[in-house]
Amino acid sequence: MDVNKEFTAQTWPDHPEQATLEGKNKFVGFWLFLACEIVLFASLFATYLALKNRGPASMGEEFTTQSLFELPLVFAMTMVLLTSSLTSVYAIYHMKNHNFKGTQTWMGITVILGAVFLALEIYEFNHYVHLGFHYTHSAFSSAFYTLVGTHGAHVLLGLCWITSLIIRNNKRGLNLYNAPKYYVAALYWHFIDVVWVFIFTVVYLMGAM
Amino acid sequence: MSSIAKKTGFGATVWDYITTVDHKKIGVMYLLAGTFFFVLGGIEALLMRIQLMRPNNDFVSAGFFNELMTMHGTTMIFLAAMPLLFGFMNAVVPLQIGARDVAFPFLNSLGFWLFFFGGVFLNLSWFLGGAPDAGWTSYASLSLYSEGHGIDFYVLGLQISGAGTLISGINFLVTIINMRAPGMTYMRMPLFTWTTFVASALILFAFPPLTIGLALMLFDRMFGANFFDHTMGGNTIIWEHLFWIFGHPEVYILVLPAFGLFSEIFATFSRKRLFGYSSMVFATILIGFLGFMVWAHHMFTVGLGATANAIFAVATMAIAVPTGMKVFNWLLTMWGGSIKVTVPMLYALGFIPSFVAGGVTGVMQAAAPLDYQLHDSYFIVAHFHYVIVGGIVLALFGSAHYYWPLMFNQMLDERLGKVTFWFFFVGFHCTFFVQHFLGLMGMPRRVATYGAEQGLDTFNLISTIGAALMAIGVLMLVINVVKTAIKNEKVGRDPWGDGRTLEWAIPQPVPFYNFRQTPLVRGLDTYWIEKQEGNEEGMTYAEPLGDIHMPNNSILPFIMTIGLFIASFGALYNMDADKPWSIFLLIGGLSILFACMFARSFKDDHGYHVHVEDILAEEERLYGKKGGNN
Amino acid sequence: MMRKFKKWRFVALFAAMTVFLTACGEDYLSTLTPAGKVGQEQFNLLLLSTAIMTLVIIVVCAIYLISFFKFRRSVVGEHVIPKQVEGSHTLEVIWTVIPIILLLILAVPTVTATYKLGDTSGMDAVDENGEKTALTVNVTAKLYWWEFEYPDLGIVTSQELVVPTGENVYFNLIAADVKHSFWIPAVGGKMDTNVENLNKFYLHFDEESEGLKDGVFYGKCAELCGPSHALMDFKVKTLAKDDFNEWVEAMQNTDQRTVSADVEAGEKAFVDNGCIACHATDAIATTPENPYASNAVGPNLATFGDRNRVAGVLEHTEEEVVNWLQNSDEIKPGNLMPLYDDVSEQELEEIAAYLMSLSVEE
Repeated sequence: MDVNKEFTAQTWPDHPEQATLEGKNKFVGFWLFLACEIVLFASLFATYLALKNRGPASMGEEFTTQSLFELPLVFAMTMVLLTSSLTSVYAIYHMKNHNFKGTQTWMGITVILGAVFLALEIYEFNHYVHLGFHYTHSAFSSAFYTLVGTHGAHVLLGLCWITSLIIRNNKRGLNLYNAPKYYVAALYWHFIDVVWVFIFTVVYLMGAM
Repeated sequence: MSSIAKKTGFGATVWDYITTVDHKKIGVMYLLAGTFFFVLGGIEALLMRIQLMRPNNDFVSAGFFNELMTMHGTTMIFLAAMPLLFGFMNAVVPLQIGARDVAFPFLNSLGFWLFFFGGVFLNLSWFLGGAPDAGWTSYASLSLYSEGHGIDFYVLGLQISGAGTLISGINFLVTIINMRAPGMTYMRMPLFTWTTFVASALILFAFPPLTIGLALMLFDRMFGANFFDHTMGGNTIIWEHLFWIFGHPEVYILVLPAFGLFSEIFATFSRKRLFGYSSMVFATILIGFLGFMVWAHHMFTVGLGATANAIFAVATMAIAVPTGMKVFNWLLTMWGGSIKVTVPMLYALGFIPSFVAGGVTGVMQAAAPLDYQLHDSYFIVAHFHYVIVGGIVLALFGSAHYYWPLMFNQMLDERLGKVTFWFFFVGFHCTFFVQHFLGLMGMPRRVATYGAEQGLDTFNLISTIGAALMAIGVLMLVINVVKTAIKNEKVGRDPWGDGRTLEWAIPQPVPFYNFRQTPLVRGLDTYWIEKQEGNEEGMTYAEPLGDIHMPNNSILPFIMTIGLFIASFGALYNMDADKPWSIFLLIGGLSILFACMFARSFKDDHGYHVHVEDILAEEERLYGKKGGNN
Repeated sequence: MMRKFKKWRFVALFAAMTVFLTACGEDYLSTLTPAGKVGQEQFNLLLLSTAIMTLVIIVVCAIYLISFFKFRRSVVGEHVIPKQVEGSHTLEVIWTVIPIILLLILAVPTVTATYKLGDTSGMDAVDENGEKTALTVNVTAKLYWWEFEYPDLGIVTSQELVVPTGENVYFNLIAADVKHSFWIPAVGGKMDTNVENLNKFYLHFDEESEGLKDGVFYGKCAELCGPSHALMDFKVKTLAKDDFNEWVEAMQNTDQRTVSADVEAGEKAFVDNGCIACHATDAIATTPENPYASNAVGPNLATFGDRNRVAGVLEHTEEEVVNWLQNSDEIKPGNLMPLYDDVSEQELEEIAAYLMSLSVEE
């Protein structure tokens, strides 16, 4: 299959991400990669739950989940990230309809929302550190920063990835070579979003209760 | 873009291998690197056996013994057994399913280099201040207490090579899901492909917990995190859980492909279809599934409570059932067949009693109260060596003989092979059988020495003698390889005469595109079917001769790995306050890595096409005028 | 008739195995000569599982040998194409069901024993006066030595565990630095000493250790804990209940002991060289900060003269005490005791003589 073939909205296949063998491989391979990421985060969640609120004998009540977390801020972060997941759906919708401008625009909005989320997260971490809740403060702090920070690192990686996709393909438009790339990038972004939903529930909601 | 790589000299050959994405060449590299680490691990084992030859020996110091013991385990599992199996997977699986390459050739190359440099990094610890010394399990309290950089080498080295393994695992899963030839349904896949598939799935789910465990330990040592520091609220049992959630499936990641290899050998040399193929497949999947349910049987004495111990004891016993199914199916494959005792078959025949012995001692240890006695004694050492040497290493040696003609178009010497087998086999039983009794007699494992008055002398001496015999066996295998390479006698297609699966239907030497035309698979053991029907070609084709799409070679995986390798040194020395330059290594290494990733995504790689006339020219070069399939 | 014959065969197999298994090992160390109820239970499981597994091996090997000798190519002919059999459902069912039955036979006693050995409720049992009825020992494992505290008796000792026979003895286990594992092979299976949590289990000592070669059972550390892991031995002395009570009383009076004149110089040297800072010479338990893990820096030496080994591994002589004080880093690499090689030989010998005089036994 010639991946550089020009398409119109009429000739564009229904599932452009799986129209070539390479695309199909990417598709399956990426789902498997996500499966492995799920186990990765599951291990981190388990560690976090085991070490939640654990610290040295001298650790008081100050730095426990109940007194530390501020739900309004986290809720705002959740909303931003959920919205960004929605915008990436729009991007893929346009990709499937061979509307390249729409794809690029919505991907761009996704990146902006993701950056806002990341900024809020950095603010949140910074705030905790200023309170004295350092990475080395206790087992709890290590587990918290590692779990949430790993997610943050995933967000950062996703931002870089999608940004470079937008820049790289800006001039040449959609083809069967880059359609799977957009697709898996969006898939990755959804995954990040789902993980955050779990973090929001397990770490913040269950913690604040 | 050149379509056909022509060897022009030594430098060109090296360059060709460094940049190659061809699964056959990567398979050879895995084999070479794996053998190197296997020999290294073997030397470590020999040094330990010499130390334990007699009581109160002072051949090596206690600290050095712990390093040897740690590196022996780590090397053999991560750097020898797994890569060697990957070597066979790479060399055989795409051919077995009728594919021209794996799904992600670039990642395949990256996976190899990550494994290799991870292993090199780990072993450089010998020269850079001492190897890790907390056992291959590296339990957290001791590994945090351990001084020097040994444990850091362990953590970073395994992290790198683990990433390589994970990549390879995903690669094989996708290859088997997506790249099977027409007609190659799941229930027609040769058993080695099946076991590769299940083992890859295990890798996918088992390696992330290890990655996390290693990362947590790295954070504890590098950044002062408190995951495993109980004075700060941490908990070392978390490490044990994470390690064994990885560690137990790891056993099956190793042994399932070995089962697959033996299944091929039994069927071929019994000249008979594998007995109970579908139940073999079922058993493979079941073992893979149960493999995740039993990790805590490594932790019976940790104090998880009676209920947890009872549940994990029964779950562990359950694994014996599908494993037993496999053994009986192999036996029934031989039953009624026509058994030819070649060297591969000899290894397979040696495997059955050895592995059954290893399996039943496993069941004994599954009985939790009994395990309170056996755990961390020499009994467990005997048990897992029976499984790993009696199962996996015999499979590796047997398959080396079996697949040698497929990979190199040469046949290893059969007579020398048989002598090798007997040395190794006798040495193996001699080494490990008595260790069961050492354990029962009260000898803990991982001891650098033992007292003279404790009745342990004789068996330890016997064990050491056995180890020497095994070493002779390995040496003879190496001699055999060298001898065969010098003799360089070409053997052609299907040299065993009884090949059943697709890989034996390809003319020798295998062209770089594997199949001139994609084959049509007409049943289990498709080559056998074609042969029985008198098809000289050996294959029915699913397509007319046409252009073949192949991936481009790339140097990027190699450079990326070098970048990561450099960055790891940066990370390692960054822990020392007196080495401020290390941060530059870290940043520089990571920059190389990211620059390569950037280059990879910004430079399209569409591969190239081998045109029909190129195919014909290549065939004439390889097989002369008459073509390969005659 | 047939069934009876089979049963007889089974018993014979059992007997043969027992004889063979008990033939190896030393009775103060081997798990094959259990000297207590827990070890006996585990040994019985060993016999049962070995019997079942031997049966499996025999069946497999029989099929294996028959099929090998019957179906070799040299026997069946060079050009024979065997029938390509797909499989057999009947056989599959047979070799699934029979192993399951065999495993159930093993699983039932396994689960029962797991719960039985895991039941430490007897530790807190009290009689009508509210006195604890069972003996409890707090075990603290430290880099290459063991401390045994008897919390209800107010005494503490190290390196040599002394217990009464004929009753369950309960153990609280913890490690003070890195993870170790507490194992007395001849008496019963092991339990890890974790750093972060207390483990509990019990053992039952049947036999008095006096008749053994060294008069003690051997105990081992079974979890890799550093360079001297192999040397982290301890000893177990089992006494009849009355003797044990006597021993306890003597231990409780160790702070009243007077130093005999011939070793007074040794005691002075012991104090002057700072040994006393880490090593107590009476057996009276202090209240530790941590309710279970002892905070003693060095082993308690109140019963040094009664011990079987110096530092767990050396011969119990004054020369070896001096050797230890001068070369402890080479004898047990990685141990935390400072070297005393700059102290004069004579002073060391005096210390050794003093330590040897610390005894509660006649």
